[in-house]
Amino acid sequence: MAQADATLMDTGGPAAKRGGTEKLVTADGVPLKRALERAQRRRKLVALGLVGPLLLFILTVFVFPIAQMMWLSVSNPQVVNALPRTLEALQDWDGRDLPPEPVYAALHADMVEDLERERRDRLTGPLGIRLNYEISAARSAISRTARQVDSFEAPFKDAFMDAHRLWGQPELWRVIKREGRPLTTSYYVAALDREFDEFGNIVQRDENRRIYVSLFGRTLMLSVIITAMTFLLGFPIAYYMSILPMRHANLLMICVLLPFWTSLLVRTSAWIVLLQQQGVINSGLVGLGIIDDANRISMIYNMTGTIIAMTHILLPFMVLPLYSVMRTIPPSYMRAAKSLGATPSTAFRRVYFPQTLPGIGAGGVLVFIISIGYYITPALVGGQSGRMISNEIARHIQQSLNWGLAAALGTMLLVGVLALYWLYNRLVGADSLKLG
Amino acid sequence: MKSTLKLIGASTAASVLALSAAQADDPVSLTIVSWGGAYTESQVRAYHEPWMEMNPHVTIINDDGSANALASLRAQAQAGNVTWDLVDMLPSDAQLACDEGIIMPIDHDEVLAAAPDGTPPTEDFLPGSLGECFIPQILYSTVLTFRPGAFPEDNQPSSIADLFDTENFPGRRALQDRPGTNLEWALYADGVDPDDIYDVLATPEGVDRAFAKLDTIKDDIIFWTEGAQAPQLLADGEVAFATGYNGRMFDAIEVEGMEAVIIWDGQVVEWDGWVVPADGPNIDAVMDYLYFATDTQRLADQAQFISYGPARASSSELVGEHADLGIDMAPHMPSAPENYFAPIVLDNDFWVDFGDELRERFANWMLQ
Amino acid sequence: MAMPAYYTTKDKVWHYTFRVICFAIFFFLLAPILIMIPLSFNAAPFFTFTREMLTLQPEGFSLRWYQDFLSSESWMRSIRNSFIIGIAATLLSTTLGTLAALGLSKSEMPAKGLIMGILISPMIVPLIISAAGMFFFFSSIKIAQTYLGVVLAHAALGTPFVVITVTATLVGFDHSLTRAAANLGASPTRTFFKITMPLILPGVISGALFAFITSFDEIVVVLFVAGVEQRTIPREMWSGIREDISPTILAVATILVLISVALLTVVELLRRRGERLRGMTPG
Repeated sequence: MAQADATLMDTGGPAAKRGGTEKLVTADGVPLKRALERAQRRRKLVALGLVGPLLLFILTVFVFPIAQMMWLSVSNPQVVNALPRTLEALQDWDGRDLPPEPVYAALHADMVEDLERERRDRLTGPLGIRLNYEISAARSAISRTARQVDSFEAPFKDAFMDAHRLWGQPELWRVIKREGRPLTTSYYVAALDREFDEFGNIVQRDENRRIYVSLFGRTLMLSVIITAMTFLLGFPIAYYMSILPMRHANLLMICVLLPFWTSLLVRTSAWIVLLQQQGVINSGLVGLGIIDDANRISMIYNMTGTIIAMTHILLPFMVLPLYSVMRTIPPSYMRAAKSLGATPSTAFRRVYFPQTLPGIGAGGVLVFIISIGYYITPALVGGQSGRMISNEIARHIQQSLNWGLAAALGTMLLVGVLALYWLYNRLVGADSLKLG
Repeated sequence: MKSTLKLIGASTAASVLALSAAQADDPVSLTIVSWGGAYTESQVRAYHEPWMEMNPHVTIINDDGSANALASLRAQAQAGNVTWDLVDMLPSDAQLACDEGIIMPIDHDEVLAAAPDGTPPTEDFLPGSLGECFIPQILYSTVLTFRPGAFPEDNQPSSIADLFDTENFPGRRALQDRPGTNLEWALYADGVDPDDIYDVLATPEGVDRAFAKLDTIKDDIIFWTEGAQAPQLLADGEVAFATGYNGRMFDAIEVEGMEAVIIWDGQVVEWDGWVVPADGPNIDAVMDYLYFATDTQRLADQAQFISYGPARASSSELVGEHADLGIDMAPHMPSAPENYFAPIVLDNDFWVDFGDELRERFANWMLQ
Repeated sequence: MAMPAYYTTKDKVWHYTFRVICFAIFFFLLAPILIMIPLSFNAAPFFTFTREMLTLQPEGFSLRWYQDFLSSESWMRSIRNSFIIGIAATLLSTTLGTLAALGLSKSEMPAKGLIMGILISPMIVPLIISAAGMFFFFSSIKIAQTYLGVVLAHAALGTPFVVITVTATLVGFDHSLTRAAANLGASPTRTFFKITMPLILPGVISGALFAFITSFDEIVVVLFVAGVEQRTIPREMWSGIREDISPTILAVATILVLISVALLTVVELLRRRGERLRGMTPG
């Protein structure tokens, strides 16, 4: 009832002012229950109205674009658009030997029709690029054929096979038939280092062409190492700050917050300056005579560089949650354990450490989530061995133009991160996310 | 006869264009996308500045987005919102973009200037350089360079085979972290004739052969990514050999005074040039610009600022001295006869077809 | 951490070792950033301390990299862009984020968990995925390579910080104050500006600062969505680092560090003020 009163008063409506308490009916004669419900609904609308603009904004400029990108990982219009007749003729083909003449004739008709389109609207170009993802040289099979197709005469089978050797291989036809659907799984198949064999089964790729699974593996490994490093470095200083008087702790906090607030590129370039061959550390070591000039240590443009720079960049994300948890642990627990006869290490292990677990969980998941999707630092200091999955996604979007594969890799990464976040939320609760 | 007519036509067209352009009131702003750094600088000095002087109403905005131009071009085209006017790209990228229909097919004889003696562009541009949608500007090459101090004076390397000879020429080698050039050289060093390299590489056995050859030096390889790193690694004494773009190496050796020697044997040559985005905002102005910027004199002028060879035969005799150093540029061009004795011409069709597969294989090989 | 008198020698050794380790870690955190500051005054184009610098001779130091930076048209344009984009994105994300936080703090808010999850998703999703999605989408609605596109993108990335900080401020918010104001006849708008706003202001400002620094430091989205006209400071640094890293980068970095220090101080002061206002002990 107190809650209901408060609700009424808060809206400041007439019901609140005149609402009688004896008859449970408002001055308008509306039963109090309904008035309350109405007020409640109004407040719900107000709350929604406040959240609405941002929700709409995020859904439009953030959630929708990502969903649209994920769509690219299954969208497969190229073959369907370019070769409608061929696909129809292929329907009865068993997928074993070369298709019969009518299929080649249908292909001829499709390609001739395409020649009549305006240059920029032609469908065979995108078709060739699409097929080349599945089978090398398919692009030049298509483009070379397109250049001469209007002079072909029946029997078309021979004409096509003369134009390019791939038309005489059932493999190309299998790809056309398989990809002749508006949706495809083949980008995911490729992103898992797999391919279709001649019977349409999904099999592992040749060992020397597998890269994405091991790249995911390396990304995970680097993230684990970086998370472990931030924990190893973050735990002692968070503990140290938590036992200091507040004044001193705040001073040291600046050491943690300054890097946190400094531009990512500044920090990355700082590491380049320090770690490169002609950089501060190597020159210092040479100057001190520890190493000689010819044997400068390579600490950057490799995995070491990525690990050092990213540990530094992400360390505050570990220290801040750890510190805020450790602050709340009363020192009397440790003292009690010790006075009951525990050695300092036992007391630490059995009494103190378990209480820091929420902080470790929060910091660990945060660092892990951030590092698994990191792009900038590996791109700048990672060299070859320090590259991560994000760099490969960027390469497929910007350079190789294989957006479907980029989207498939990105979707897999996103699902992984969201799963981790869900776990984090279950374990720690997103509310514990604190800043600064 | 035809070419004479064309010449007259071309020169009148040029003067009329220049006049009418100068009188035009509407200011035009062209966004030209290129590679940035010294390369864009050479284009600014050889093409943009004289063109803007003749056409005061034109301003040119330089964007250094060439490395990722394909993605932006495709996105702009799909949205029907093309904001770029002219893009500098490699022929393999141009081939992809052309297949997609996002850049314009070019009738070279129609839109480009003839040589001063009237030779039409299709004959004047070096053989194999023109593409369906591609207008070449320069010929650059990836060359092997070594540090003479790394080897005794009486035993200096001189060929690509020496790169793979770790017994006689020990030391680390800096190679680019992509399959192109490296696979070609592996086969060349393994005895394949430069003209047959791509036929061999198109077969699975040929690919295995190339990787097997690369395996022999794998432990000595340091990979580089950005063009600036290769000369840097040599200058620091990090490596004995480095592969690199000949322009970068020229700069490091002649301008910065780095101790290094270029081996022209097996240089991998490739074109670089312009493409015009379909439905660009200022197609007419771009065409005027292209007519000017790819003529014989302008291409020769660019060689004053960077050691890349002009793509026109008629330009080569006009190549003069370096604008700032005053040294004769002709002997530093990849196309100079004394350098062009065993070139490997990069086959773009091959790389468009097999690039994805070989990149995966190469990435896998690097990780092993 | 005063040492208790009953400490044994072993305890003492551990005590000092621990302190040394901690200071080494603090050094690891701070040193890379601080070491760039003197190097940015290097007269020579190297990333090492020259003999002249170590012996503190004036000829070892110079302001040439600062001059380089200040006289470069592209750097100046990037500064202008960073501020234009940063401020516009901050205004947008702070307005939307504050309103949303007010809504979320109401007990009647339905589906709170789900909505909160969506609102803070820009903070969780890897930047490369956000950037790729925005690149495709913004291109298709023709706002890629425009200021509007970059501002919208940065505003989206900044809102979670505003939502989180303002929500945190509202946790300690005494709702009886607004009820009292309403009871005394103030309109909801008046109540908001006279009562709510001053009390949550510290949270709003620090959220806004977070949003600003997010935009100011953001590079991945800029790489994908911005054109040459919208290049920001991080984008310019990116080119500088990849092309050929010169001490000019260090001069820029030093200036950025100073800006961060200033912002950090403001946030700290606000935090203290906010806690005082809400009657909490500073901590």
